[in-house]
Amino acid sequence: MAATQEEIVSGLAEIVNEIAGIPAEDVELDKSFTDDLDVDSLSMVEVVVAAEEKFNVKIPDDDVKNLKTVKDAADYILAHQG
Amino acid sequence: MNATNRTVVVTGLGATTPLGGDSASTWEGLKAGRSGVRPLQEEWAADLPVRIAARAAVDPGEIFPRAQARRLDRSAQFALIAAREAWANAGFEGKAGEGSTVNPDRLGAVIASGIGGVTTLLDQYDALKEKGARRVSPHTVPMMMPNGPSANVGLEVNARAGVHTPVSACASGSEAIGYAVEMIRTGRADIVVAGGTEAAIHPLPIAAFANMMAMTKDNDDPQGASRPFDTERNGFVLGEGAGVIVLESAEHAAARGARVYVEAVGQGVSADSHDIVQPEPTGNGIAFALQHLLDATDLSPQDVVHVNAHATSTPLGDVAELTALRKVFGNDADHIAVSGTKSMTGHLLGGAGGVETIATILALHHRTAPPTINIRNLDPEVCVDVVRDESRELPEGRIAALNDSFGFGGHNVVTAFRTV
Repeated sequence: MAATQEEIVSGLAEIVNEIAGIPAEDVELDKSFTDDLDVDSLSMVEVVVAAEEKFNVKIPDDDVKNLKTVKDAADYILAHQG
Repeated sequence: MNATNRTVVVTGLGATTPLGGDSASTWEGLKAGRSGVRPLQEEWAADLPVRIAARAAVDPGEIFPRAQARRLDRSAQFALIAAREAWANAGFEGKAGEGSTVNPDRLGAVIASGIGGVTTLLDQYDALKEKGARRVSPHTVPMMMPNGPSANVGLEVNARAGVHTPVSACASGSEAIGYAVEMIRTGRADIVVAGGTEAAIHPLPIAAFANMMAMTKDNDDPQGASRPFDTERNGFVLGEGAGVIVLESAEHAAARGARVYVEAVGQGVSADSHDIVQPEPTGNGIAFALQHLLDATDLSPQDVVHVNAHATSTPLGDVAELTALRKVFGNDADHIAVSGTKSMTGHLLGGAGGVETIATILALHHRTAPPTINIRNLDPEVCVDVVRDESRELPEGRIAALNDSFGFGGHNVVTAFRTV
């Protein structure tokens, strides 16, 4: 069953907490992975791989650079989840 | 200022070892003759021929937040813990150039390991096989590269004069310190953070070392298994951890009123070119390094009262080392108290040179030679005075000490330190 945006943000928050150590409650839609959440380019790959697994979605490397904020990622996952 | 022959001093010490999470607790353990060797509790150890090791007394997982730990190989974590202690111990706060008076352009870092991020490499290979290519960590390369610990320490203090990683197996840590001394002596840097680290307690390195018959298999007697100079010695015990010091030009240290532990007099190096792993049995290669040390520095053999021996507890190496010492120092070897501290810490491979440098410096600083434990019967071929069972007081006055480190590949490094 497809996840809602709320569920996706909550799932991303868990992932970002695990990978970057940022408290889950700080992971909000308008937050930038790089500027606000301490997710550098290498860690972003980890976030993407974890998100692919959690939401059964494929995120090609070429699309990762467009995922600047939590909202970008949540919208992408909403549109592409299997 | 003569920029090609400046005096170098040691102003900071840091360590995390099988005997303690810092240099003070490590020294207390050494002085008391405590063994850091324990049975390996991990499930994977059950089927190995060697089931003992000297794990770090304080696991780095207790120190680094999880998110940071997953980007740092265990060897880099040890190096950072030891470097932070040494940096603070030298009286510095924060990164060079950022609120600190240290000029980053005059600050270097030289941290070595013998093997590099081997547990990262092997864990990621497991991930590749079990979960597929997509699940290999994007942090794998910076974690497994042997210069990772050095680069991370360089970033930690903002070192821009040069960040280096000499690799010479079990001589690596001492080679790093020797390299750092040269950086300052020749005027490339005023301060260098230098040392060695290793984290290789994993079934594959253990199986590999065991199969080359380099490790003791005395699984029933962990604390007695590492016994340099004993007639029944039968191989080393693998240890892990790091030792890092802050080296500084004497002028720079004096200008800021820093506490000086000792002078770093210099180094002697040589290569056996004899065999890829066996030491040259007569000790001629080691003797050549010792002679180089005496020729290249103003060290007087009469001042040398202590040697922290490489002494890994292997049959050939331990005696060859002492034979070389006797050969070069002659009658002056009579007043040298030799300690084999791997009897307590196990063998930290690339970390050994770092940790034993700390032991050597603190032996001078406290005028106390730590003991060699576990000698039940002293090898009759031992031709110098080995400190056994209990620590021993060193003489007053100006005294010097050597730290020996040798590595597979035939690398011989001897560094010298002297009270100021």
